[in-house]
Amino acid sequence: MSRLAVSTTDALRVTLAAPDDFDGWRDAARNLAASGVPADAVAWHIGTEEPELFGSDAPKRAAAQFPVPRNFVDLAADVVCHSDPERFALLYALLLRLRDNRHALEDEADPLVRRLQKLQKAVRRDLHKMHAFVRFREIDGRFVAFFEPEHHIVRRSASFFVGRFTNMRWSILAPDVSIHWDGEILTEGPGATRAEAPSGDPFEETWRTYYASIFNPARLKVGAMLKEMPKKYWRNMPETALVQPLIASARQRELDMIAGSAVSQEPPRAVERPGNAQAAWDALREQARTCTRCDLCGPATQTVFGEGPLTAPIMFIGEQPGDQEDLAGRPFVGPAGQLFNAVLEETGIDRSTTYVTNAVKHFKFVPRGKRRIHSKPDTGEIDACRWWVEQERALVLPQITVALGATAARSLTGKSITIGRARGAPLTLADGSECWVTVHPSFILRIPEEDRREEERALFVQDLKRVRMRAEELAE
Amino acid sequence: MTQLGLQQKLGILADAAKYDASCASSGTTKRDSRGGTGVGSSEGMGICHAYAPDGRCISLLKILLTNSCIFDCAYCINRSSSNVRRARFTAEEVVRLTLAFYKRNYIEGLFLSSGIIRSSNYTMEQIVEVARSLREDHDFRGYIHLKTIPDADAELVRQAGLYADRVSINVELPTTDGLTKLAPEKDAHRIETAMSDMRASIDDAGDASRRYTSAPRFAPAGQSTQMIVGADSANDRDILHKASGLYERYALRRVYYSAFSPIPDASAVLPLKRPPLMREHRLYQSDWLIRFYGFAPAEVQSTTDAHGMLALDIDPKLAWALKFRDQFPVNVNTASKEMLLRVPGLGAKSVERILSSRRWRQLRLEDIARLTVSVAKVRPFIVATDWRPTSLIDRTDLRSFLAPKQEQLELFAP
Repeated sequence: MSRLAVSTTDALRVTLAAPDDFDGWRDAARNLAASGVPADAVAWHIGTEEPELFGSDAPKRAAAQFPVPRNFVDLAADVVCHSDPERFALLYALLLRLRDNRHALEDEADPLVRRLQKLQKAVRRDLHKMHAFVRFREIDGRFVAFFEPEHHIVRRSASFFVGRFTNMRWSILAPDVSIHWDGEILTEGPGATRAEAPSGDPFEETWRTYYASIFNPARLKVGAMLKEMPKKYWRNMPETALVQPLIASARQRELDMIAGSAVSQEPPRAVERPGNAQAAWDALREQARTCTRCDLCGPATQTVFGEGPLTAPIMFIGEQPGDQEDLAGRPFVGPAGQLFNAVLEETGIDRSTTYVTNAVKHFKFVPRGKRRIHSKPDTGEIDACRWWVEQERALVLPQITVALGATAARSLTGKSITIGRARGAPLTLADGSECWVTVHPSFILRIPEEDRREEERALFVQDLKRVRMRAEELAE
Repeated sequence: MTQLGLQQKLGILADAAKYDASCASSGTTKRDSRGGTGVGSSEGMGICHAYAPDGRCISLLKILLTNSCIFDCAYCINRSSSNVRRARFTAEEVVRLTLAFYKRNYIEGLFLSSGIIRSSNYTMEQIVEVARSLREDHDFRGYIHLKTIPDADAELVRQAGLYADRVSINVELPTTDGLTKLAPEKDAHRIETAMSDMRASIDDAGDASRRYTSAPRFAPAGQSTQMIVGADSANDRDILHKASGLYERYALRRVYYSAFSPIPDASAVLPLKRPPLMREHRLYQSDWLIRFYGFAPAEVQSTTDAHGMLALDIDPKLAWALKFRDQFPVNVNTASKEMLLRVPGLGAKSVERILSSRRWRQLRLEDIARLTVSVAKVRPFIVATDWRPTSLIDRTDLRSFLAPKQEQLELFAP
């Protein structure tokens, strides 16, 4: 399967037939190692191009073979499927080491061994998730699935699906390759698109009914779900469309259970206001769903629009939705929202009478492993999203707008504001209404020292108390 | 009542089954559908085909045959005095649903339970019929977990074991008092007798299959049970005591702890507030320490407080290490496997890696960092070639160093 050639530089060039070409790698590696070629003198490539230099003449095929432990073969067969371009070279380096020391693989604290073990673990995990998350759709007696794995595992998964669905005719389509089983013979085909596994299987709706019914709203653990079912797999699973509505309505359903009624309700939405404000707000929210004013709309799950009565005297503006807000589609429901609710309660402000929104409506993050780490929006993104905030303010017409954090202050005033200097007294906005600046609750959550955290929390409470008193003055 | 469609019934009968925590599909024999006429395979290791937003794995189609019940257990949504909507599947409908879901790769198999209708025997017959049809009429080789009914005829229970991979009977509550109060029709003694009979059948079949390859399999994935936590006054010490007794007496594969959660139309004898989910988590951790880390039940119980409760802010292994600090630090280059397993932050896999690699090198702290998930957690309790934690282990405020810095705020906490 592999071709060896001497390239223009000194490195030996090995060309493998496919990204998961284990046999090709093994043949080449065996010969190279037997001839004592050092790891840094080999360049591994994948391709269909025919290197014409040395043809398929592997050097010194007759060289002495040496045995390797069985678990190395298993390791290599897994690691070859990884998407890391260095995998072939790393495996070859370890093979050379095994030639000198048969037990090299047992030294698991060795950086190279450890790294290869981690690659193996990633491949095995992806394979396990593929076994779990492939979803077939029945089309005229044939079962077709589209799946997007992270590594080159589709061929390797075939024996599992053949063993499980021996007596069905099925196809698994993936972007790079597809496999087909007709009940007797497995065949391979080119990569495919999602459109080739069309929807229309009536059992998907039945499955969604099951998914929604088996979920217990009294024990929401979104993190545990995301850890085991990362979002990268969601696109091809019919049930994942239900995740957001289930999360959003969970607390209400639990309260309903306690209250003894089983009627599920939507989260509180805006109340009536004279004129067409309500209709305008509904239209605005609808429009915001598909906003593409900046690039954040790509990776985020959905637009998180503001919520609250349009008659609210106080409007809170935060920074941007976080991980949990992004999933739930509602502002301030994650850890910062918890703190925000607690402080509101302490200061005597009823959240349901206020309008709560964010300066930026999409979640900005950098993926780190399975987690999505919050990342601060830049001025371009704040400015792009300001239009929505202005529309919301024009509809609600709050007497007091509270900027939670520097991003919100920037969005409202167009300038950079130092919170320490601006807090405690109102600024006047262009429309003549008051803007009070204070910290964002997540700032408090991020302070590591407990005493300083308490101090900042007390200052936050103090700021919101001032806001409440001012709102009461204005109401008189 | 008007005729319900299959989908509506599924909604009602899955909803009714969700308070059972178990959804495992592991521990059974390896097999696939090659050479057969149906579908299904099992690799021994279970597969979770989806996760719900409650963080729980969805591996099996977990449903009740019917949620009508002649019993009146206070904690149960299906008790006879509840106003919940009732529905009932036919055996044929369950078979059809299971196969349709399985063929689309939604599930690993079926977990079937039922409310008690007419009599225990009648109900058990219906459950067994579903399993029989799947195995015999459709050559289904996926996973089947059946809930058996303590009072049912021994012959019916035996049949259930022949078709199922796993069988279970719930002990429901950790104390006999609690059971008498909350589940008046259930009898702790009868439940345990049934578990004991089941163990005997499983052991017998195991013996037979070691001698004759043709011996019929009997519940190869063993039996399990479930206890509800927080519905009665039992503390963690009681629960651990009960669980370790069950493991010993009936060779259970798993004891599931299910934090009592509010149910619609709850009975007035129940507490309104749910226990923290963390309590359930700590119980599982303790369970693991006993089963996989070589802790004696009494050792885990010794970490509970004056009220018999496990600490919620730190895990029980850390709690034990802080209480018995004279056992530490542990030298990673020389300590026994048993002692390494007791180091907070070292899991079973990390310990294996340490044992394997220390035959080839003297382990330094950076080596440990590569072999473990978090070296910061391990560091205070170990000695490595270039590391001694003396200044840390003697600190009286070590706990505050190691306890999680920020208490995790519960999403939508009341």
